[in-house]
Amino acid sequence: MRATVAAIYRAESRRVFATLVRLLGDLDLAEEALHDAFRAALEQWPRDGVPTNPRAWLVSAGRFKAIDGIRRRARFVAIEHVAEQVDALADETAERDDEGIEDDRLRLIFTCCHPALSPDAQVALTLREVCDLTTEEIARAFLSAAPTLAQRIVRAKAKIRDARIPYQVPTPDELPQRLDSVLRVIYLVFNEGYMASAGESLTRIDLSGEAIRLGRLLVELLPEPEAMGLLALMLLQESRRAARTTETGDLVLLNDQDRSLWNRDQIAAGLALVERALASRRFGSYTLQAAIAAVHADAPSADATDWAEIVGLYDVLLRATPSPIVELNRAVAVAMRDGPAAGLAIVDELLARGNLDDYHLAHATQADLCRRLGKTVEARAAYGRAAALAQQGPERRFLERRLAELEN
Amino acid sequence: MKYLCLAYYDEKAFEAMSKPEVEALVSQCPPHDAALRASGHLIVQASLGASRESMCLRPRSGKVSITDGPFAETKELVGGFFIIEAKDLNEAIRVASMHPAAHLGETVGWGIEVRPVEFFQQE
Repeated sequence: MRATVAAIYRAESRRVFATLVRLLGDLDLAEEALHDAFRAALEQWPRDGVPTNPRAWLVSAGRFKAIDGIRRRARFVAIEHVAEQVDALADETAERDDEGIEDDRLRLIFTCCHPALSPDAQVALTLREVCDLTTEEIARAFLSAAPTLAQRIVRAKAKIRDARIPYQVPTPDELPQRLDSVLRVIYLVFNEGYMASAGESLTRIDLSGEAIRLGRLLVELLPEPEAMGLLALMLLQESRRAARTTETGDLVLLNDQDRSLWNRDQIAAGLALVERALASRRFGSYTLQAAIAAVHADAPSADATDWAEIVGLYDVLLRATPSPIVELNRAVAVAMRDGPAAGLAIVDELLARGNLDDYHLAHATQADLCRRLGKTVEARAAYGRAAALAQQGPERRFLERRLAELEN
Repeated sequence: MKYLCLAYYDEKAFEAMSKPEVEALVSQCPPHDAALRASGHLIVQASLGASRESMCLRPRSGKVSITDGPFAETKELVGGFFIIEAKDLNEAIRVASMHPAAHLGETVGWGIEVRPVEFFQQE
């Protein structure tokens, strides 16, 4: 029976929680009610059997436990206030159809990713409330102290309560902007797992996996083209994980990767999603980035890649979201299409503008193109600058190795 | 629930504008102001005097110290405020978005800060 309850917890607890947040109007109350409901299940189910609809049973048990709790605390607050609160809860029809329950999960996502919360708080709250990671797991994943993270979550919940951030799915005219904020949170989580921004990656929770699960959930609940685009992008990037590093944890660049190590299932799923998103004609920058990743995924080798197609996609992406980093990536594709000199001209011009001075990959790209052109002195200087700026162990080691090769 | 909306602007950039530029900007405001008033959510709206007209009072060694100028030395200053009634933050955002400073004056630092307000009980 314990195993059955545990399995139902894994499958249903976030759905039950999302509905309890709606019914109780408070994240902390809902958390407490959820645990009370599962405690009651552990007591009653062995005696009475598992109910036919465990989810509805748990929602209703959680709600009654919360009403009990409010009544018990009633001794300390004005009686009419309590009556009002209890009435409001008792009036709610607890059982809704499944569609309503799925709406609750979407409400929870949009509330946790509300743009009125700081980006850090959005990430922490989403991982805590939607993914059910513990505060300690999230802290470890982001290499921050657990008390700091706990405080961030407490403050975010207080803001939701005090500023009255509602438990709502945005209206259609608000949706594009609000969806952006959800997608940004998911991609931030993914990138933290994929490109761990600092330190050596070891025994950290699989944030990329969590982000993909979140992306799947979002596409299932809200099949918007950009949500599909983001999921495709994550799957296509994740498909290269096994080929991205050597056994000793050193970095392998895309062009040098053993493509037989790429995960074909993830690629197939990613390609299908990109096609669906592109067909909608309402796609944006995530879909375009996924389309670029899809061209790579389709190519048997770096040389056999359709670089002209990639440059073309970067042109569209630049028009949609102008950014020096996109220009840098486009320069790499131009170098593959027209030769390193053409790419270097763009990179030199970009660096001369000054807004990529602190970005190690800009210097690393310049270094690589100089190296390929036999400009050893310039290459060495640029590798030095890149290595000094790189925060992450494997990247720094890669740059230092290249530098050492040039010195011999 | 009431929300205080603070309308910010960059005073230096605004004062550097030519008269026709100011007129061009100000002439675009009325439709936005009208929409905000017509929403039925607006409780009070006011425009503030220039920052050089302001002074600050602070406790200093048990006495009230008076200095001239705005409280914080920042480029962006509060130039006006309005208070709205809204059922939650999403509605407050929708209503506050009707204000001209949410649409116009990008180059002179216009913008709005929305903050929930708790009024004290009047005895």
